[in-house]
Amino acid sequence: MEQLLSTILRAIFVDNMIFAYYLGMCSYLAVSKNVKTALGLGIAVTFVLVCTLPINYMLENYVLKEGALSWLGADFGSINLSFLSLIIFIAVIASFVQLVEMVVEKYAPSLYASLGIFLPLIAVNCAILGGSLFMQQKAFPNVGIATAYGFGSGIGWLLAIVGMAAIREKLQYSDVPKPLKGLGITFIITGLMGIAFMSFSGIKI
Amino acid sequence: MGILTNKNKQILLGPLSKNNPVVVQMLGICSALAVTSKLEPSLVMAISVTAVVAFANVIISLLRNTIPNRIRIIVQLVVIAALVTIVSEVLKAFAYDVNKQLSVFVGLIITNCILMGRIEAFALGNGPWESFLDGVGNGLGYGIILVIVGFFRELLGSGTLFGYHVIPQAVYDFGYVNNGLMILPPMALITVAVIIWVHRSRNKDLQEN
Repeated sequence: MEQLLSTILRAIFVDNMIFAYYLGMCSYLAVSKNVKTALGLGIAVTFVLVCTLPINYMLENYVLKEGALSWLGADFGSINLSFLSLIIFIAVIASFVQLVEMVVEKYAPSLYASLGIFLPLIAVNCAILGGSLFMQQKAFPNVGIATAYGFGSGIGWLLAIVGMAAIREKLQYSDVPKPLKGLGITFIITGLMGIAFMSFSGIKI
Repeated sequence: MGILTNKNKQILLGPLSKNNPVVVQMLGICSALAVTSKLEPSLVMAISVTAVVAFANVIISLLRNTIPNRIRIIVQLVVIAALVTIVSEVLKAFAYDVNKQLSVFVGLIITNCILMGRIEAFALGNGPWESFLDGVGNGLGYGIILVIVGFFRELLGSGTLFGYHVIPQAVYDFGYVNNGLMILPPMALITVAVIIWVHRSRNKDLQEN
C-alpha cells in the first residue's frame, strides 16, 4: 500500500511527464488554450494510461521479455522477443484508443461530444507510449505498481496542462513582446513551471 | 522532369527556416528536448529522425491509394514502429553508449508528431520522390534546432563540445563557472523559446496576434 502511494506521488511530482521528460508536449501546447478542454484531454489521457499500462505490463512480462515465455514449457525459456516491444506497445495503444472511442460513442454520447475530438489524438500522444516504455525500463515488481504509475503520470500530466491553460487565459491581458507571443511565451512559462516543479525532486518518498 | 525542379527545391529547403517543423509548425517537440543536454546525442537523434521520417514518408506515399481511410492511423503507426525498431537495433549495435543516453527516447520517435504530421499533411497526397524530399527537409529542419539547442546547452552547461573541453582553463582561473542550470530539463524549453524569439523577430510575418 505504502509503495503504491509513493509510486503515485513520485510520478505526479518528481517524474512529471511534462516537466521532467517533455512527453505529450504537442497536444499540451495545442490544447492548453482554455481550462475546460484542457481538463477533458487530461482526463482522457489519464484514463488511457491507466488502462494500457497493465495490458502492456502483462505482455512485457509474459510474452516479450527474455525468458518470459517459459510458462509455455522449458523449450521456450530462451526466447527473447523484446525487439518486438515497440510495435506491440503501439498496436495495443492504438487499438485500445479506437475501442474506447467506439464504446464511448455508443454508450455515453454526451461524454463523446466533449471528448470526441481528443480521443484519436491520444494514440499519438507521447505520454502514453512513454508511460509503457518507462514501465519497461523501470521493471516494476507487480501489475498493481505499474497501474499506479500510469495513474500518477496521467494525473501529473493533467495538473500540468490545466495549470498551463489557466495561466494562458490570464496571459491574454498582458503585454508580451510581439515575437514572443503565442508559442514563445508558452515555452518560457513551461520552463519556469518546470523549475518550480524541480523543487519536489529533493523529496524522498 | 529534372531531379531537383524549383518546386522540389522548395520542398527540401523550406523546412530549414521559413517552415521549420519545430519553431513554426510546432511539431516534434515531444520527445526531442530531453536529449539535447549534450551535442552528441542531439546529433544522433537528429540523424535517426531524419532517416525515419524520410522512409516513412516514402512507404506511406507508395501505399497511399491502398490504405482504407478508417484504419490509416494504425497502418501508419505500424510502418513507423517497424522503421523505428530497425533504427533502435542499429543504434544498439553500433552506438551502444549513445543508445543508453537516449534511453526511451529512441522508442518515442514513433509518437514524434513530425512523423504523423508530415505523413498526414504531405505523404498522403504526394508522390514518393516529393515525399522523400519533404521527409529529409523536415528531418534536417528538426535536426538544426536540436543541434543548436544541444550546442548552447553543452557549451554553457559543462564547457565542453562532443565531450572535449573548449573553454580554456585560464577562463576558469579567472573566476568563470559552468552554469549547471543549463543541463537541467527546463532550460531546454527556455533555449527553444529564445530561438523562436530570434527567428520571429527576423521573420515578421510569422508573429502571432
